[in-house]
Amino acid sequence: MNPLTVTAVPKPKRNFWNHDFSVKSWLLTEDHKRIGILYLLSITLFFFLGGVMAVLIRLELLTPAGDLVQAETYNKLFTMHGVVMVFFFLLPSIPAVFGNFLLPLMLGARDLAFPKLNLLSWYIYMVGGVFTLFVVFKGGVDTGWTFYTPYSSTYANSHVIAAALGIFITGFSSILTGVNFIATIHKMRAPGLTWFRLPLFVWSHYATSLIMVLGTPVVAITIVLVALERLFRLGVFDPELGGDPLLFQHLFWFYSHPAVYIMILPGMGVISEIIACFSRKRIFGYRFVAFSSMAIAALGFLVWGHHMFTTGQSVFASLVFSLLTFLVAIPSAIKVFNWTATLYKGSISFSTPMLYALGFIGLFAIGGLTGLFLGCLGLDIHVHDTYFIVAHFHYVMVGGMVMAFLGAIHFWWPKMTGFMYSEFLAKIAAAIIFVGFNMTFFPQFVLGYLGMPRRYHVYPEEFQVLNVLSTAGASILGFGFLLPAFYLIYSLKAGRRAGPDPWQAKGLEWTVDSPPHPHNFETVPVVTEGAYEYGPEEVKRG
Amino acid sequence: MLEKLGIFPEAASEFADQVDYLYFFLIGVTIFFVTVIVAALAYLSVRYRHRRSPVPTPVHGSILLELTWSGIPLVIALFIFGWGAKLYIEHQDMPPDGIEISVTGKQWMWKLQHPSGQREINALHVPVGVPILLTMTSEDVIHSFYVPAFRFKRDVVPGVYTRAHFTADKTGSFHLFCAEYCGTDHSVMIGKVVVMEPSEYEAWLSGQPAGETPVQAGERLFTDLRCNTCHAAGSDQKGPDLAGVFGSKRLLVGGGEAIADEEYIRESILRPARKVVFGYEPLMPTYQGQVNETQILSLMAYLKTLGGAAEGANP
Ligand code: HEC
Ligand SMILES: [Cu+2]
Ligand SMILES: [Cu+2]
Repeated sequence: MNPLTVTAVPKPKRNFWNHDFSVKSWLLTEDHKRIGILYLLSITLFFFLGGVMAVLIRLELLTPAGDLVQAETYNKLFTMHGVVMVFFFLLPSIPAVFGNFLLPLMLGARDLAFPKLNLLSWYIYMVGGVFTLFVVFKGGVDTGWTFYTPYSSTYANSHVIAAALGIFITGFSSILTGVNFIATIHKMRAPGLTWFRLPLFVWSHYATSLIMVLGTPVVAITIVLVALERLFRLGVFDPELGGDPLLFQHLFWFYSHPAVYIMILPGMGVISEIIACFSRKRIFGYRFVAFSSMAIAALGFLVWGHHMFTTGQSVFASLVFSLLTFLVAIPSAIKVFNWTATLYKGSISFSTPMLYALGFIGLFAIGGLTGLFLGCLGLDIHVHDTYFIVAHFHYVMVGGMVMAFLGAIHFWWPKMTGFMYSEFLAKIAAAIIFVGFNMTFFPQFVLGYLGMPRRYHVYPEEFQVLNVLSTAGASILGFGFLLPAFYLIYSLKAGRRAGPDPWQAKGLEWTVDSPPHPHNFETVPVVTEGAYEYGPEEVKRG
Repeated sequence: MLEKLGIFPEAASEFADQVDYLYFFLIGVTIFFVTVIVAALAYLSVRYRHRRSPVPTPVHGSILLELTWSGIPLVIALFIFGWGAKLYIEHQDMPPDGIEISVTGKQWMWKLQHPSGQREINALHVPVGVPILLTMTSEDVIHSFYVPAFRFKRDVVPGVYTRAHFTADKTGSFHLFCAEYCGTDHSVMIGKVVVMEPSEYEAWLSGQPAGETPVQAGERLFTDLRCNTCHAAGSDQKGPDLAGVFGSKRLLVGGGEAIADEEYIRESILRPARKVVFGYEPLMPTYQGQVNETQILSLMAYLKTLGGAAEGANP
């Protein structure tokens, strides 16, 4: 009955953990699995760093007065929270950890196409990270993660250049990862693994990689221009020097809107895998789900102006951007409906990853639908730059991507480590996170419509009740996020052995040992059927 | 009722009511879809849970369903787009008459001036029912003029004159916020808009020290800054006659053309060498650093009164 009671487990064989224990073997590894683990450790570190800042922000907002920290410190806190969470957690999260770990396994390959480049991308990420940590400890940067000019280029007195450099440098790690994934997906598929037999996780990573490669250079150039203007008074963005401040916003959002999809598409890939596995069904409308990822990647590049409806950009431009924004909502809707339909006539079990997947669908639906409020011209005038948008993107980024990340880690943890964690604790943690999340961010929608602007250190008293609610939620959420760190680590000591396929899932990664051998497959697998071909015979569980 | 609970903002303009209708519609749409999705997830997960449905039946997809669930949301999305666009476009047109207020954002305060010269900081008194026409600019970084009760927000961008308007339909005192992050004291760059009966507004105005009107200040600056030495008709006139320049089309050295709008005049004062009028030498000195945005606005107000092509130029 219980899907976790599995085949008798042999003694651990040679795997990517135990074949060499030296530090050097980790720091010079070209094994995609080890690099995935290195990324997992580093992004977890940044996640907790960004989390600490979030806690301080929420504590400050407990009272209307600015009593916990000074205005300047507060501004640095929300800036660093944004920079760390966006560039050092969300962007690399699923692609760099699970993409790295799983793509070769899912494709039946020994490694990514360019293993050395892959290692280099981790080092570049770490160098960028060190710059960012330097900024944190030197006193921070206070421009907001959006670095709007001319504030950032002329007026701010904080460590703008160091922070910009950190982001600039990590950008290259994204580009390298993207290039590597694209080459791998094109060239390293096992015999018989045609495009339409690929797991949807691979499709979503393909779309993500395209955005990484095409978009990141633009933000890199933009950041360089800001730094040059600060250093040499160049006159690109500052009107005092003859520049155009809105040019920055165009360039910045040209990347940063598509980047939002770098932060959600991989999560959608994860959800497809989990839903298919725990309802024992092929994903309903597989091709629609696959192509919707590509549609999102393409359309995502054409909607940046929806961040600029109140700037005075031309009415015509606003109309076009608004229209395209409504169109880009459709592929996301298609995914949500197809996931839901996948449950139909399935055989559903509610293991922890599935709980996260179901939670994702609900929260992402709210996140997506509230995006319509912001894309809608007449309404955006009011809610733009208020807590409404803060709530909206946290529903997508935390309710979406972080839930997907947690789903992924609970789904593939047995594959990565060979151990099962406590399902009981994991389910409790999932419930706590779900409640805490909604309590933190739902009140912010209301606050936003009431008119509370974002990035406010002090605020009028009538907003206090909702802020207290939000802070209370945040403490529950914070506690919830700590739990997995404990029971997952504990599972390494006391967890049951997982065996190759603890969930009876389909997919090449489940055909190899857990943890996998350093070279993944003993013989090159040959694929004869599509992903998720769960038939009646696969169903006999336990 | 929602207002009393503190979960819905007061509405004090007609535009605000219209935004609220759209908002309620969108909430309806959101509730509808979230309910459908959550209900479907709940029903299917219970109905097809492993215990009740031990063997899955393969179902691969249905083109008809795909078309339905992309088509219906598409229609709804386009409808919302159209509604929002209509509201936005209608609100773009400036009403023909009203009270012209000039707004200057500055780290970290709002400076406002009434047409008859009264100045205010972080507060704006206006009469109810009369269109308020704003000309806004910033002395430093980008700010955003936001009055939640009017559902009105517009960015205030350095180097740009933004025209925008609102009409209050309720008296009272309402929050004025800066909505665009602008540095350390962004969150205290707030003030209030006080909406009064027109008679009270008149009384309030006459109780304020009027000082110079923008036009008077501009005229004085025109002499103080010695603009008149080059621009007043006379034997040693080096620059063009400025009467009728505002709003007209200018031919430039090098063959280009420009409409003499607010940005053009501002650039002529701060960076005269950028666009040189055809038939003249680039002799005009830059006034960058010598005039602030309020003074530029006054000069502009004065130039507008010099007659000629500009609409409504003569007071
Ligand atoms: C030293 C003489 C001089 C002074 C002083 C001067 N200007 Fe000018 N101005 C010129 C000349 C010459 C031009 C035409 C060439 C050009 O466009 O730069 C001009 C052009 C202009 C124009 C553009 C007119 C058009 O026909 O399009 C404006 C507006 C203007 N000046 C305003 C001012 C103001 C306001 C001041 C005072 C703050 C001022 N000027 C002071 C010489 C002067
Ligand atoms: Cu966007
Ligand atoms: Cu501000």
